[in-house]
Amino acid sequence: MSHWLVIPVILPALVAGILVLALRHDILLQRITSLASTAACLAVAIGLLVQAAGGAVDVYELGNWPAPFGIVFVLDRLSALMVVLTGFLALLVLLYAINGWDRRGRHFHALFQFQLMGLNGAFLTGDLFNLFVWFEVLLLASYGLMLHGSGAERLKAGTHYVIVNLAGSTLFLVAVALIYGVTGTLNMADLAVKIPAIPAADQALLQAGGVLLLLVFGVKAALVPLHFWLPATYSSTSAPVAALFAIMTKVGGYAIIRLYTLAFGADAGEAAWLAGPWLLPLALLTIIIGMVGALASRSLRWLVAFAVIGSMGTLLIAVAVFDDKAMAGALYYLIHSTLIAAALFLLAELIAERRGQDGDRLALKPMPAQGDLMSGLFFAAAIAMAGLPPLSGFIGKLLILDGVRDNASAPLIWATILITSLLIIVAFARAGSLVFWKSRTVEASRESSELATRHYPALPVVVVATLIAATALLTAFAGPTMRYLEAATDQLMRPTAYIATVLGPQPVQEPTLAASPEVSP
Amino acid sequence: MQLALIVLLPFIGAVLPALMIRAGRNACAIATFTVTATALLILLVQAPRVFAGEVLHFRAEWLPSLGLDVNFFLDGYGFLFAGLILFIGLLIITYARFYLAKEDPMGRFMAFLLLFQGAMVGIVLSDNILLLLIFWELTSLTSFLLIGYWSHLPEGRQGARMALIVTGSGGLSLIGGMLLLGHIAGSYDISVIITRGDVIQASPYYIPALLLILGGCFTKSAQFPFHFWLPHAMAAPTPVSAYLHSATMVKAGIFLLGRLWPALSGTDAWFYIVATTGLATMVIGAWIALFKDDLKGLLAHSTVSHLGLVTFLFGIGTPFAALAGVFHIINHATFKAALFMNAGIIDHEAGTRDIKRLGGLVHLMPIAATMAVIAALSMAGIPPFNGFMSKEFMLEAAGHTAWFGLAFDPTVAIIATIGATFSVAYSLRYIIHVYLGPKRDDYPHQPHDPPFGMWAPPALLVVLVVLIGLFPNTIVGPLLATSAGAVIGADLPYYSLSLWHGLTPALFMSIFAVGAGYFLLTRHSRAVTFRERFYRPEAKEIFDNAVAKIVGWSRTGTWALQNGSLQRYLAAMTGMALIGGYGAYLGASSAPGSNPMLPVPALAVVGWLLLVGACAAVVILHRERLFTLVLVGVIGVIVSLGFLYLSAPDLALTQISVEVVTVILLLLALNFLPKKTPIESPMPIKARDGVLAVLAGIGITGAVYAMLRRDVDSISAFHLANAYGGGGGTNVVNIILVDFRGIDTYGEIIVLGIAALCIVALLDTAMQGASGRRIANWQVDMRRSADRHPLLLVVGTRVMLAFALVVGAYIFLRGHNDPGGGFIAGLVVAIALIMQYMASGFAWAQRRAGLDYHSVIGWGVLVAGLTGVASWLFDYPFLTSWFDYITLPIVGTFEVASAIAFDLGVFLCVVGSVMLALSRLSRVGRIAEHLDVAEGPMDVDPSLHPNGPPSETRPTSSVAAQ
Repeated sequence: MSHWLVIPVILPALVAGILVLALRHDILLQRITSLASTAACLAVAIGLLVQAAGGAVDVYELGNWPAPFGIVFVLDRLSALMVVLTGFLALLVLLYAINGWDRRGRHFHALFQFQLMGLNGAFLTGDLFNLFVWFEVLLLASYGLMLHGSGAERLKAGTHYVIVNLAGSTLFLVAVALIYGVTGTLNMADLAVKIPAIPAADQALLQAGGVLLLLVFGVKAALVPLHFWLPATYSSTSAPVAALFAIMTKVGGYAIIRLYTLAFGADAGEAAWLAGPWLLPLALLTIIIGMVGALASRSLRWLVAFAVIGSMGTLLIAVAVFDDKAMAGALYYLIHSTLIAAALFLLAELIAERRGQDGDRLALKPMPAQGDLMSGLFFAAAIAMAGLPPLSGFIGKLLILDGVRDNASAPLIWATILITSLLIIVAFARAGSLVFWKSRTVEASRESSELATRHYPALPVVVVATLIAATALLTAFAGPTMRYLEAATDQLMRPTAYIATVLGPQPVQEPTLAASPEVSP
Repeated sequence: MQLALIVLLPFIGAVLPALMIRAGRNACAIATFTVTATALLILLVQAPRVFAGEVLHFRAEWLPSLGLDVNFFLDGYGFLFAGLILFIGLLIITYARFYLAKEDPMGRFMAFLLLFQGAMVGIVLSDNILLLLIFWELTSLTSFLLIGYWSHLPEGRQGARMALIVTGSGGLSLIGGMLLLGHIAGSYDISVIITRGDVIQASPYYIPALLLILGGCFTKSAQFPFHFWLPHAMAAPTPVSAYLHSATMVKAGIFLLGRLWPALSGTDAWFYIVATTGLATMVIGAWIALFKDDLKGLLAHSTVSHLGLVTFLFGIGTPFAALAGVFHIINHATFKAALFMNAGIIDHEAGTRDIKRLGGLVHLMPIAATMAVIAALSMAGIPPFNGFMSKEFMLEAAGHTAWFGLAFDPTVAIIATIGATFSVAYSLRYIIHVYLGPKRDDYPHQPHDPPFGMWAPPALLVVLVVLIGLFPNTIVGPLLATSAGAVIGADLPYYSLSLWHGLTPALFMSIFAVGAGYFLLTRHSRAVTFRERFYRPEAKEIFDNAVAKIVGWSRTGTWALQNGSLQRYLAAMTGMALIGGYGAYLGASSAPGSNPMLPVPALAVVGWLLLVGACAAVVILHRERLFTLVLVGVIGVIVSLGFLYLSAPDLALTQISVEVVTVILLLLALNFLPKKTPIESPMPIKARDGVLAVLAGIGITGAVYAMLRRDVDSISAFHLANAYGGGGGTNVVNIILVDFRGIDTYGEIIVLGIAALCIVALLDTAMQGASGRRIANWQVDMRRSADRHPLLLVVGTRVMLAFALVVGAYIFLRGHNDPGGGFIAGLVVAIALIMQYMASGFAWAQRRAGLDYHSVIGWGVLVAGLTGVASWLFDYPFLTSWFDYITLPIVGTFEVASAIAFDLGVFLCVVGSVMLALSRLSRVGRIAEHLDVAEGPMDVDPSLHPNGPPSETRPTSSVAAQ
């Protein structure tokens, strides 16, 4: 039988084990091993994507126990996409980090591989409690990475990060307990089967559990008012870690998409589309808080961190209407915002480095070294983040606006997205104009002339450029991408095949799709 | 294909100037010129087919599900605009070559210019409104870069930002409008949309779509009240002003009005909004232009006014007026671009653009003066130049427009005439105050005519101004007919392109305007005084204030929320969880469970009381850290007992050993914290948190109660049934951990391992830098025992070690069938080891252990992982367990299960993690307290000194000596 499906989880874990066991004293060996493992994960992920693109759902029964009694990993188009995205981002971030960041603390590479394991596990698992485990792996590994290199501000933000997320984990347990208490199962596909039959007497417990779980995912996804931890965390940690964290918020988004289409979707009876009414207002608030915060920011990284919150708001709005078109748009936006957030965090550091002391602060300083290059990259990245053409942010925004059209709140959603778009445009225009234009009026200081003559390695710049180029490709190939994402949405919104593959043929199913369930070998 | 090429060429070609600048300024300019010329050539090749009435199409799929496709089409209207953009582009490139100074980065300028050109051509050739949107925003972005080209000037930066914000917000509004429009029309193709005017106008979405689209058009084309950005965009180099902000980009708005004219026009809403806005803009723009002393300011406001004129004509909604609008677009492009370049020449040669400092230039710059006079007269609408004809058309159309729908309704005509009057006045001012009058001797530079390259481009335009005026039918007749025909979409109305139309009302209005305009100019200084009596809103100030206010509010709001207090963040989270939990619960149906209540034995009550009491004590005494820790320990023990009471011995065992380890590690960590926490929260916050906590407690209690009162068919039935047969053990909990849900366990031991690595990473880094120095200079603040490693403890733990290890091994081995397993065994062994370390000091014990606990964790992860991988060899999924019964002599029959290897991994990971954490914490402690590694296992070792300790080996810790 084929074991490719667990490779993205097992490989980083074993590699991390080796890193801790044998390679912890040699940075070069660590780098080579870590890069090789990440590249291999990406390659396997691409293979999985090709496999999933065909439309078949694949299931891997860990321990050879059938679902719902054991834990299964499930590959469908969405999970394949997420694993590829993780692999791609991780590889680029790692290339950036080996330029020196990884030396500034201990165990960077081991933690990085564990983080990769947690991410892939979260995207692949078909079991709710197993998802909790991956959340824990993610949380701890990211906490370690977050503190990497240390510093007082980072420690404080890290403490907030870990405490808020531990509180989230506690809530996760409460929510899972509630759901398990009335359904008796933890497998998501099985939940989808059990939830429609939950009697009225148990609905309140079930739905309370469902909404609490939504909030848990909301903590990860920086949903207002659960977002407070994010700006300080992302802006105070090291750039490569912040860039990797671009996918962390998406874990929350992914979990929301997964669970609330599968288990609380159209067929969930009284609990159908449970998430929508809760998610939509909060997502609208999120985009406002995020974009306003971006405008308020006094440093590049805070600006980017708040922009990330805003983009999560945009994404979750599109999710919250639970409509095919909007969901496909949301998935497109998810890819876009991951890539561009990562690019901007890395770029913010490159710029700060070239501006010298306090280079991150949006205060008047002389022109950064390599000013033309930096301003070009910043302009492109800002365009993408602000949702202006020709990069993918614009397409994503159009897709989302178009997708939410049929919702009753469409005018409100449109107004919110469009007006907040203006805020983020203003925010980036002000920041860019200060750093790259107004700086020309400042006399060169001793520091800036020293910075101007310094040699800067090319690799980090190449990484940033690659990420931005990826958004350009995402735009150019929007057509094929959307075909894939629409197919992925189809699997999400009508999960009959998913359920049938995980649990075997179900007695009561719609005749249309259940007729030929693909059962994995 | 050619159509796509026309659009793509400038984009691709934008690379050329950026590279060719390395070969010199001429090479750069020639490369740019060639790119544009090629595009223009390709366009002109299509002319015969366009003039024959054909509409050329190019279609390519991009994002069909959204309706966004790369569709271009070329009809007369598109041809007119594309031609204007590329033709004037050529002139501007030539002009800019001589205008830009040596130190200006020309490569960048030309590259931006080409990018802009591509975007602009894209707008006018797009057949897809979403594609058009993309190009639309691209023009805003490139214009931002071009206005800010001289980024060292504050006007440049501010003007660029203002333009971006105003046109950008218009673009956002246009996005909404286009999406609505496409939806109503059922297609995003312009060629389809313009045939569905009736469907569109009947739709309830017509008005919102119209308003949103107009929002885009009006901002882009600087219509009142969004006109203010355009004059500030004049901070750009003059070629940019001439090109973007007079000839092309600002026409994008009216282009779109014309493009969608068949679909949107003809309604009352259209007329009243568009025509009124246009008329108001025309008059206001012209009025302000009259008082601008800056030449470019004058021209900018004049542009605003003329854009208003075209908007007004489109707004009227009759075919004739639309035709007049198209005609004026052509004429305005010719004379206004010429005038801008002229203003640039004056600035360049005389060193100022301030009218007050100019005058008499005709004597010094005859060529420039000739051109300026002709172009300005055309702008004033004086025959025989082209501006006269389109102005006549405008007045004619205005004369036939009834505002209130009355038979005699001259309001529009009067206002239009007033606008024309101002227009004459400022045009004449450009001639009289700049060129005529006496020569002065205080010009900043000595003015003279510019080099040929600078005056040839405007001269070409001026020639057109004259030729169109004299031979309108020959020069622009066919172009106007095709392009206007493309706008109107039906047969053209009657019109006559000639200077003389007989004694029409329009002629009298025109004559009045010229006379009154001249009169007004002669009274210019009085008009200035008159104007200055009134309050004039300063748009820039208002705009800047508004932006500053918005930024200010967002700062206040953001930092008021994001105040860095963890307490607040947790309160928000808890509050939201309460709203969500209670809200969802109360919003759905529920019924009480049916399980019978069980009797409460006294023992349980005692435990419960202890638990509640300990929790309450923590709340009250939480400032006493050490004491709190003890209480937490108490709580842990009772929870363990609770597990035991509820028949979960595995959990109880785990809990109690976790408690022990946690308390020890926390004690080590507490060493570095203040022994008491200060009071930080004021009463209201405490009250808030209290209320939240109580509500949350009630919620959790209720949930637990509700769940205990009901039964559910769960998957655990399967686990119970299959544990022995499928998992080979009778301890279902252990089988779940290592088999049914082995991957969960694998994840969790990794979590433990990561936690230990985090502690290492955190503390090792903390030992360096500022925090490292602080620890090194730590002042020991507590009394320490004189006997740090007491004999009794050392001996006792030695004895205990063997027992504990045996117990650990026993618990480990029996785990499959009885309470126990790798996790608990790991904790037990760790405790046994910790006891050694406590007794004899970490470093001393560590030397003898000789283990780096990193490796133990690494081994744990690997052993557990490889056990899982091993099942692949037998073609089973990861972590599939195997077991069999083996009979050996003497030992007898026993079970061998692969799960034990996995459990070994768990065991190693647990031991490694706990010990690694301990090692790092104690290392910090040793450094902070400046302790040496103990020489022996105990401070007083009787075996070394049977006759009593020699005095010098007495413990002499600094504290003990006090």
